[in-house]
Amino acid sequence: MPKSNLTARAWIVSLGILLTFGLAWHLAVSGTSQTQAMDPEYAKLMGLSATQGKSAMPGPLDVIAKIWSHLKDPFYDKGPNDKGIGIQLAYSIGRVMLGYALAIVVALPLGFLIGMSPLMSKALDPFIQVLKPVSPLAWMPLALYTIKDSAISSIFVIFICSLWPMLINTAFGVASVRKEWVNVARTLEVGTFRRAFTVILPAAAPTIVTGMRISIGIAWLVIVAAEMLVGGTGIGYFVWNEWNNLSITNVITSILVIGLVGMLLDQALARVARAVHFPE
Amino acid sequence: MATDKFISIEGISRHFAAPGGGKTTVFEDVWFSIPKGEFVCMIGHSGCGKTTVLNILSGLDLPDEGAAIVDGKAIEGPSLDRAVIFQSHALLPWRTVLGNVAYAVSSKWRSWSRAKIEEHAKKFIEKVGLKGSELKKPSQLSGGMKQRVGIARALSIEPKILLMDEPFSALDALTRGTLQDEVRRICIETGQTVFMITHDVDEAIYLADKIILMTNGPEALVAEIVENPLPKDRDRNAIHKHPSYYAIRNHLIDFLVTRSKTFKGEIPADYDRRKPPVVRPAGQPQPVPPPQANGRKVA
Ligand SMILES: Nc1ncnc2c1ncn2[C@@H]1O[C@H](COP(=O)(O)OP(=O)(O)OP(=O)(O)O)[C@@H](O)[C@H]1O
Ligand SMILES: [Mg+2]
Repeated sequence: MPKSNLTARAWIVSLGILLTFGLAWHLAVSGTSQTQAMDPEYAKLMGLSATQGKSAMPGPLDVIAKIWSHLKDPFYDKGPNDKGIGIQLAYSIGRVMLGYALAIVVALPLGFLIGMSPLMSKALDPFIQVLKPVSPLAWMPLALYTIKDSAISSIFVIFICSLWPMLINTAFGVASVRKEWVNVARTLEVGTFRRAFTVILPAAAPTIVTGMRISIGIAWLVIVAAEMLVGGTGIGYFVWNEWNNLSITNVITSILVIGLVGMLLDQALARVARAVHFPE
Repeated sequence: MATDKFISIEGISRHFAAPGGGKTTVFEDVWFSIPKGEFVCMIGHSGCGKTTVLNILSGLDLPDEGAAIVDGKAIEGPSLDRAVIFQSHALLPWRTVLGNVAYAVSSKWRSWSRAKIEEHAKKFIEKVGLKGSELKKPSQLSGGMKQRVGIARALSIEPKILLMDEPFSALDALTRGTLQDEVRRICIETGQTVFMITHDVDEAIYLADKIILMTNGPEALVAEIVENPLPKDRDRNAIHKHPSYYAIRNHLIDFLVTRSKTFKGEIPADYDRRKPPVVRPAGQPQPVPPPQANGRKVA
């Protein structure tokens, strides 16, 4: 079967799923069910939607309208509790980038050391084994207590959660560089430093980048939770704030935006992976 | 420096830790030497320690006892004076053909400009017949082409000694023949000193001036050193007509089939590890009479 044909048909199926889902959603929320007897307090809280039998759940058209309004003005700033989704995203991406960059700076050299020295590998292994399975959010109280700054604390949490996959993959990639490639460099009297950059780094790069790709995925998962926890700014805080405002439309919009940004981050790393990949 | 002992292996031993504790001796107290400009092959069964000898000569491995001496100096580590052609070609897959050769050139002449490095590398790529494939990656090359890149890389640093570990064993017969011709031509042109491991008796006869025979391991011995009676300028299609061809071929095959196993049990009384016996299989009556009247005269 020709490949282009397959792609075209896949697009059609995807579109079909989207439309079916959208339609089902639309029908489900535009129901005319009876207003249930409810706690008057709750009814007051939920406003018209609950008292008039209209579902509290926004329909797809509401969400599209909301996205459109966000797109028109993503960067407005009307005080601490009302900032445009673009600003919130920028905060989150900025924190992820900072924490992630810090993790690279630590994980790559440390991974090289562990990968090249069997002694360090054995000596550091117990620490890594114990610290790796700790949920990054468990570090948050400790970070808040020691750093005393919620923004920096969430950067630290991103750093911690991005560290492990990069560290482990770098160490593994470096340790499993083919001996014959190292021997080529040795017979050419290439010094340790030049060898690290001309043989070990390119040979281990695909494994390292795989680790980096896992890390960016985890970092993006964790930032939302971290910002919900510490509040202030960021897309995680935005989601929580909109929940408190009972703006489900905004919550759904955020979910879509978070997914989209996560995909873009992953795609960027996939591009890097393709650049360092070598067929044998 | 004496040129008849350009490379001198003096009493080397190599042990490895045995799986169940203790140690296995791959070989012990091995002596031989290689004069400058000579092409020496080593043959022996799998596992007898040929690669171990080559690794010691390259400096990638060190002997537990004894010393490998090149040009009067004991080998202490790898050197650009000794180029290695690896059995598995060992090309860096993320570099192009040119990049692989240029890596070696730039390692040898660190102050050279990029242009000069590439020009020098291209010269050797052309020498092994790969002109036009400079920008290909190893994964885009056939097995024979990869091995050619390995040869170009080794030759490009203009080494004093060329060390080859079964360089052609993974190739088909036709490619192997062409590459043997090329390596032979280049080595003769440059007066290269060569140490090469092979399993192939015909390859040894075609290429070598001397052939070192190793008995089976462990505790392998250099049983003898066979001088090749064929003239230095030999034609691969005519060597089998030489009167001594069958003598040396039978001698080598006889060694591989039987004597490599039995030698240790019946070591001759005058056998001296320091001076393994040198034999020169001579042209006995030929098994097939030469069909042409103008054949080579019997020595
Ligand atoms: N690093 C090592 N650790 C333990 N034993 C080793 C090691 N390297 C080689 N040996 C042993 O030394 C012996 C000789 O190995 P070597 O690779 O030199 O053989 P070889 O003659 O080159 O064989 P082949 O023709 O199959 O390449 C073998 O029995 C092998 O098991
Ligand atoms: Mg071997």
